Amino acid sequence: MSEFLQFVFSGLTVGAVYALVALGFTIIYNASSVVNFAQGEFVMLGGMATVFIFDAGVPIWGAAALAILLTATIGILLNKLAIEPARGASVVNLIIITIGASIFLRGLAQIVFDKQIHRFPAFSGDTPFNIAGATLLPQSIWVLFGAAAVFIGLYAFFTRTLMGKAVLATANNRLAARLVGINTNFIMALSFALSAAVGATAGVLVTPITLTSYDIGVMLALKGFAAAMLGGMGNPFGALVGGLLIGLIEATTAGYLSSDYKDAAAFIVILLTLFVMPQGLFGQKSMERV
Amino acid sequence: MLTRIPPRVRALLILSILILIAPMLFPSSFYYRIGTLIFINSIAVIGLVILIGYAGQISLGHAGFSGIGAYACALAPTHLGLPPFLSLILGAVISGLLAWFVGRPILRLKGHYLAVATLGLGMLISMVLNNEAQFTGGPDGMMVASLGLTKGLEGLFDVNLKTSVVWYWFAGVMVLLGAWIALNLYNSPTGRVLRSVHDSEIAAKTVGADVARYKLVAFVISAVYASIAGSMLALFNRFITPDIASFLHSVELVTMTVLGGAGSVLGGIAGATLLTALPQALTVFHEYEHVMLGLIMMLVMIFMRDGLLPTLRKTLTRRAIA
Repeated sequence: MSEFLQFVFSGLTVGAVYALVALGFTIIYNASSVVNFAQGEFVMLGGMATVFIFDAGVPIWGAAALAILLTATIGILLNKLAIEPARGASVVNLIIITIGASIFLRGLAQIVFDKQIHRFPAFSGDTPFNIAGATLLPQSIWVLFGAAAVFIGLYAFFTRTLMGKAVLATANNRLAARLVGINTNFIMALSFALSAAVGATAGVLVTPITLTSYDIGVMLALKGFAAAMLGGMGNPFGALVGGLLIGLIEATTAGYLSSDYKDAAAFIVILLTLFVMPQGLFGQKSMERV
Repeated sequence: MLTRIPPRVRALLILSILILIAPMLFPSSFYYRIGTLIFINSIAVIGLVILIGYAGQISLGHAGFSGIGAYACALAPTHLGLPPFLSLILGAVISGLLAWFVGRPILRLKGHYLAVATLGLGMLISMVLNNEAQFTGGPDGMMVASLGLTKGLEGLFDVNLKTSVVWYWFAGVMVLLGAWIALNLYNSPTGRVLRSVHDSEIAAKTVGADVARYKLVAFVISAVYASIAGSMLALFNRFITPDIASFLHSVELVTMTVLGGAGSVLGGIAGATLLTALPQALTVFHEYEHVMLGLIMMLVMIFMRDGLLPTLRKTLTRRAIA
């Protein structure tokens, strides 16, 4: 039992990070129908920038805040320089543009930072808690509560503020949103900034546990993408559930079956889910207009 | 005069002339090697032109089929005692069967869902190749038997030949063969149905086309192309690592296909040429390689949405009219 609990803890920790990446996908997808494959790079940038700002002598909170701000700026630039000029391009083109952006950012990180593996100290030390025979790192609690806080914050933003509702309106129908006076270009920039900040937050929270380097983005983007798809693209609740599910599946597979195939289990579950439910767990059935 | 020739014959003519002329410009025999790599990538890309360009279905997992083809050539000669050439065919058959088996449920999905499903399929194949180290040597890769082309020719004609030169012509002929099949498919009944599926699946269904079956046909054909390309790469390099089945290789193949112009075989080959030759040229920039590659991918897709070749053709015809 304590063994199972241990897998649940580690699964939820990783799953929370996947959920944040998936949430980042969802925000951008809803505002622009673009699947941003550079999403994993935001997580990498958040972690790497924090490491380097922290090493320069800035206290950890300041370093984290600066890193998130920096990543949000990069998100805005990505939208301005690569996504906006390509409006109306086909899905395949957009996929290649964002994959190009992710390769570009990875190459840039490799030059600006370096190719080493980095970490910074955990926020509240490394002494683990003992819960029913299983250990839980204090940083894992930071990850879980951080993810929950981001999710609740975003939920409040989208449902309780005028700006959030403007984002939802733009997602729903861009032209109609423009007609009622919403500055859709600003909303797009805001979505990219938000999405990048969410990704960077995930990077800041998880780096003390999983460490970071310039090339961690690819796998995170794939898992986050898969999580978003599993939940049903465009549904924030689906992204959360999808992320946590994939984390749990991975952790239990690694624990009970084979750690070599922990990634495989996640993808098998996604394939099977899509075979039975082509729209994901919570996705809406889309109709094609003829 | 050139306009009198049917377009598919013209495309094949242009391709053969380019393959014939290129060696005259090679400063050293190293360029035969790059030429061969371009041809091998072109074969995989022609398959994707059929899937993406004709049928309008995306795949982010085709490198998986290349992996199957490559490891068939690495494993079958030692474990089954098959000669390398039959191993290539075995790989193609396995890839085709796998594509046929998983294609039906996967191809029901659309757009991004199809992307993630094919991505998952490619990831699974790549993980098996990485993890079954007792067979595949794991991430370190393994040696591959020789196809014996150079030895065979030398025995026949009593001459000394460079392996890269022999492979250049062999791969060149294979590209022509692959292009010929794809170009013939374009105007065949199957090709027409595929293109109608691209334009509108519902319209194709309305006029009675068995959409699911034809999408499956395109998927299987493109998987066989990818597998043959993977086999050839393994036999040419005499060494193979699981990187051939990686997500990044899948992305590379799709980028080549779309970069040159996904609708046409020649466009796909142009894309394969650019993206295969480019990293060789960029090694001069060492650490800026990734930055440049990402930049080029973004710029071409933003400013030449139809791909290099169609955009070029449009500009040229506009000039000719003006």
